[in-house]
Amino acid sequence: MSETSLVQELTKGLWEEIPPFRLVLGLCPTLAVTKAVDTGFGMGLALTFVLVCSNILVSLGRKVIPPKVRVPCFIIIIATFVVIVELVMQAYTYSLFLRLGIFIPLIVVNCIVLGRAEAFAYKQGLGRSIFDGLGMGIGFTLSLSVLGSIREIFGAGTWAGMELFGASFQPFTFMVEAPGAFVCLGLMLGVMNLAGKK
Amino acid sequence: MLELAIGAVLVNNILLIQYLGNCPFLGTSKKMDTAVGMAMAVVFVLAMAGIVTWIIYYVLLVPFGLEYIRTLAFILVIAALVQFVELFLKKSIPALYAGLGIFLPLITTNCAVFGVCIINIDEEFVFLKMLVSSIAYPVGFGLALILFAGLRERLIIGRVPTPMQDTAIGLVTAGFMSLSFLGFKGMI
Repeated sequence: MSETSLVQELTKGLWEEIPPFRLVLGLCPTLAVTKAVDTGFGMGLALTFVLVCSNILVSLGRKVIPPKVRVPCFIIIIATFVVIVELVMQAYTYSLFLRLGIFIPLIVVNCIVLGRAEAFAYKQGLGRSIFDGLGMGIGFTLSLSVLGSIREIFGAGTWAGMELFGASFQPFTFMVEAPGAFVCLGLMLGVMNLAGKK
Repeated sequence: MLELAIGAVLVNNILLIQYLGNCPFLGTSKKMDTAVGMAMAVVFVLAMAGIVTWIIYYVLLVPFGLEYIRTLAFILVIAALVQFVELFLKKSIPALYAGLGIFLPLITTNCAVFGVCIINIDEEFVFLKMLVSSIAYPVGFGLALILFAGLRERLIIGRVPTPMQDTAIGLVTAGFMSLSFLGFKGMI
């Protein structure tokens, strides 16, 4: 691990260990907020912020936090940043806040954040942890945006609210309902496995 | 009340329709016995967490105008509660403790538990309604998890194309289960 450069820490989150697909963590928001591309993107940004900040604090405090109570410590750190995000979004992006609803507080229990704190930031230095958080966050945002785009284009015939196909298009509502999320994510995972094998 | 219960178990199934608690859903559904263990642990902890967080919200947070730190408060309460339940079971009901095993600590980060606690507050449930929802949602969770584990045990035997194996086909299967749960929509 110590041999890898900072750039590699950043880029591994984009393909090799891209969060919802490779690690199969943090599925709940992945499935729930990708009805449209903008909610997926907003969720990704919120998570990136929490991830980077919690990685910074965990990495700085790794010598102080005793191993036995590390998980409660991580959770308090994460929860603090989630509350910050929640309040900021409520103040500045109120409509997005309403559409993401319950899934903003749920970032607390997102396995990606806790997983990175435990598996990476607790063991690594500050610089690496920032890049790791940033990479994972961008990877997550990217995945959510792509999944959101696919579901919105097929399910509603729009992309970020823009009409794409004209009035004759019959929306494929299966895609924006719950089952579409599961099937779409499963198929994307399959395609990525296929592409990753080469 | 009955409407709420049926709604929570079937129509708004927490796993397949509300998308909460999917990580343990895919993680612990490869074998039937782990699925049963997880389902039991969730029912047990959620019923308690629902009651405790509801009381804390209305007795401590609302009177002092601290609603905005509910996320922080709830997660701490749930984490502490899980630890406490673990210690208590270890001491007094070792058989149940052995059965739930490693699933108890995992529940702290189960979005279903935290999610239902938040739903209880957001929907402004009174005490009795909160009680029903805190029991009905995890029952729905358990139902979906156990059904899904049964399907997944079959999938191991089936011939699945290599790139689709394991999680990918699991997700597609969950999609079709979710489709069938969508069919309950007309019930209430």
